[in-house]
Amino acid sequence: MTVSKDTIKRYSIRLGDDAVVLGHRLSEWCSSGPFLEEDLALTNVALDFIGRARMFYGYAAELADDGSTEDTYAYTRDNREFTNLLIHELKNGDFAFTMARQYFIDVYSLAYMEALQNSSDETLAAVADKAVKESRYHLRRSHDWMLRLGDGTEESRSRMQRAVDDLWGYTPEMFEMDALEQELADAGIGVDAAALRDDWEQTVHATLVEATLEVPEGDWAVNGGRQGMHTEALGHMLSDMQFVQRAYPGLQW
Amino acid sequence: MADPAIIPALPAEEYERRERRVNSSLQSLWDLLDAVKDPEIPAVSLWEMGILQDIAMQGDRVIVTITPTYSGCPAMTVMAEDVLQALADAGYADSEVVTRLSPAWSTSWMSEEAQDKLREYGIAPPGQGGGNEPVEVLCPRCHSDEVRRLSEFGSTACKALYQCSACGEPFDHFKPI
Repeated sequence: MTVSKDTIKRYSIRLGDDAVVLGHRLSEWCSSGPFLEEDLALTNVALDFIGRARMFYGYAAELADDGSTEDTYAYTRDNREFTNLLIHELKNGDFAFTMARQYFIDVYSLAYMEALQNSSDETLAAVADKAVKESRYHLRRSHDWMLRLGDGTEESRSRMQRAVDDLWGYTPEMFEMDALEQELADAGIGVDAAALRDDWEQTVHATLVEATLEVPEGDWAVNGGRQGMHTEALGHMLSDMQFVQRAYPGLQW
Repeated sequence: MADPAIIPALPAEEYERRERRVNSSLQSLWDLLDAVKDPEIPAVSLWEMGILQDIAMQGDRVIVTITPTYSGCPAMTVMAEDVLQALADAGYADSEVVTRLSPAWSTSWMSEEAQDKLREYGIAPPGQGGGNEPVEVLCPRCHSDEVRRLSEFGSTACKALYQCSACGEPFDHFKPI
């Protein structure tokens, strides 16, 4: 059974959406970081994710072969056409929230990209090769911040605990598979995200314990991102991110 | 010819890259592009960085293949423009820069000479391990090993910010990947 180009294109757009949305969120920290080095770190990580988005979108555009470019996907699609996992689009909150989200995503992203390195699709595997190297650095930093804030002052610990609690219900969606992703996983092209869940939970639990944080007990879970059903936050973010291309279509500088 | 499988000092991809240059019939173009430096680190050329991968001719058209260092490195666009400009200045008006992702760029492709140039420029080099092993970071000014990392990210994505405890110098360390 061969997988259609359109299916691979849609998959590549999903991964591009995850990356561009998180990249934009991180870029919102520019000049608002807690101190200069962190300001640089946040925006450097943002650049890595925007670069990742460009590679996935660029590949999707190549597969589409209909005149679309990476900019078409980033700047001219509406809220409901974005298929990122919800955790990427949440508002930055305080620094603890941004770092807890980053840590949850980094653990996931590293495992996901390591699996995607084995894709039978050469381009997806090549993008994953680059992403893995970067995710290792991202994870090292976000892991350090989990420990530093969790096992820090009373104030930092309570903020980090609140961040972990508020994010918890957005993590199960990362391991959900729908028909499209299942077809690609079966064909050796896409990643079986469900298979990454146990390792993710083990790693994250161990870090939370080390950071003297409590593992949330609630079993609430939100999903819908892959189907274009988003939180209120995404539309506001896109209105900012897409404004220039919406107001002046095709503008270049 | 040395077999890269027997002499592990040089990564296979880097061995092949050097062979491509040595065996190329376009020596003058390779030499020409030695003048194109990394816009963020003008001490080293794109060739020395391991970014310049191949040069080919299609009729009158020069096709230059480069590989990105980091996914989001904003210098990549400038590098491509600089390559096209250098070729245009030499009379090759019709040329193209192609980006190739695989094999993924590694700091282990940088020669020892390139690493020395980084050090002279004030940047602690990545070493030749390519990110699998921790490297000893030495202060590029006083060579002390009493250094501490201030931040995982420095002035660009490819560098981390360090400070020397011996001489007080803050410096960038080119991260091994």
